[in-house]
Amino acid sequence: MQNRTLEVGVGLFLLAGLLAFLLLALRVSGLTVGSDNTYKVYANFDNIAGLTVRSKVTMAGVTIGKVTAIDLDRDSYMGRVTMQLDEAVNNLPADSTASILTAGLLGEKYIGISVGGEEEVLGEGGIIHDTQSSLVLEDLIGKFLLNSVNKDQANQ
Amino acid sequence: MRKTSVLERVRLFGRAGIDVLGTLGRSVIFLVRALFGRSATGNGFQLLVKQLHSVGVMSLAIIVVSGVFIGMVLSLQGFSILAQYGSEQAVGQMVALTLLRELGPVVTALLFAGRAGSALTAEIGNMKSTEQLSSLAMIGVDPLKYIVAPRLWAGFISMPLLAIIFSVVGIWGGAMVAIDWLGVYEGSFWANMQNSVSFREDVLNGVIKSIVFAFVVTWIAVFQGYDCEPTSEGISRATTKTVVYASLAVLGLDFILTALMFGDF
Repeated sequence: MQNRTLEVGVGLFLLAGLLAFLLLALRVSGLTVGSDNTYKVYANFDNIAGLTVRSKVTMAGVTIGKVTAIDLDRDSYMGRVTMQLDEAVNNLPADSTASILTAGLLGEKYIGISVGGEEEVLGEGGIIHDTQSSLVLEDLIGKFLLNSVNKDQANQ
Repeated sequence: MRKTSVLERVRLFGRAGIDVLGTLGRSVIFLVRALFGRSATGNGFQLLVKQLHSVGVMSLAIIVVSGVFIGMVLSLQGFSILAQYGSEQAVGQMVALTLLRELGPVVTALLFAGRAGSALTAEIGNMKSTEQLSSLAMIGVDPLKYIVAPRLWAGFISMPLLAIIFSVVGIWGGAMVAIDWLGVYEGSFWANMQNSVSFREDVLNGVIKSIVFAFVVTWIAVFQGYDCEPTSEGISRATTKTVVYASLAVLGLDFILTALMFGDF
């Protein structure tokens, strides 16, 4: 009899462990089964400042993929971003635009894709040519300061 | 005071080195024989269930209670820091990542070393000093298979489960504080968490960490008991060694594993 309660305890413990693992997988990491079908798309940006690997790629606000690699293109000196997009969204026109956006004022950077008009679609290994770089706050402030200095000099 | 010559000091140093290597070698032989030797007489599964109970189930209370409190504290601290940047919603992401990647495996391993590891050492050490182990060998039962192996397997199995339970309970505690007490919006709390936690990178790496820690902590605990001096003083020293060595090994290994998993190189 004593052995029985002991075994029930161990069984419950093992069940609790497995249940907790499932909870972590589904609730915490938001794992969805069977979304492994993706295709690769590249985009070259003048400045990718702040974008990181694993950032979201969105279209109309809906997440359709993620950034898997960022490296420098040696020849053009541009940042080359590799994205994995969902196979379900395989009808992106070849002249779509990719821009680096910011969630909130100081939030994380992500890529937003807006649809182009061409009939040809981006396939595996396609390159998005039309890009809009990251907004760098320091550059903006620099331009603003330069402007006000120039105005002051013109006034004098 | 007697002056020791340089040569004598070198000799003592060398002897300490040989001792360390000898202990390491013995512990490896011990592990291999316990895990891969010929199977035990009697019902091995029954022995394992009994050890799972005393090592795993009995540790559940301390793991759950400390998990809840650590999750709650993380949530409170994270909220007050993140509120300075106006991004309180990220508190869910912070709590989940901290627990899954670091605190879950590490704190569980430390608690496990204190709660179950020391008990294992003391139990086996006591068996050794009262000559139960040699009596078993006398009647033809291999103590490595009958006593040691079930305890090792019980530790390997139960600690990863305990670490997972710790993380889940911690996240629940954190969510409770953040949502019900601090007033973070529930939707953004969970959405932020799900967006940033990836199953393979965070959950599975955390589980791998806790499997490594389980291996190290249980090995140290059982070996210290088996290798201890068969006196009451020896048992007390072995128990202390278990907790100290296991904690240091866990913290050191954690750095190495984190560097390998999240260090990007």
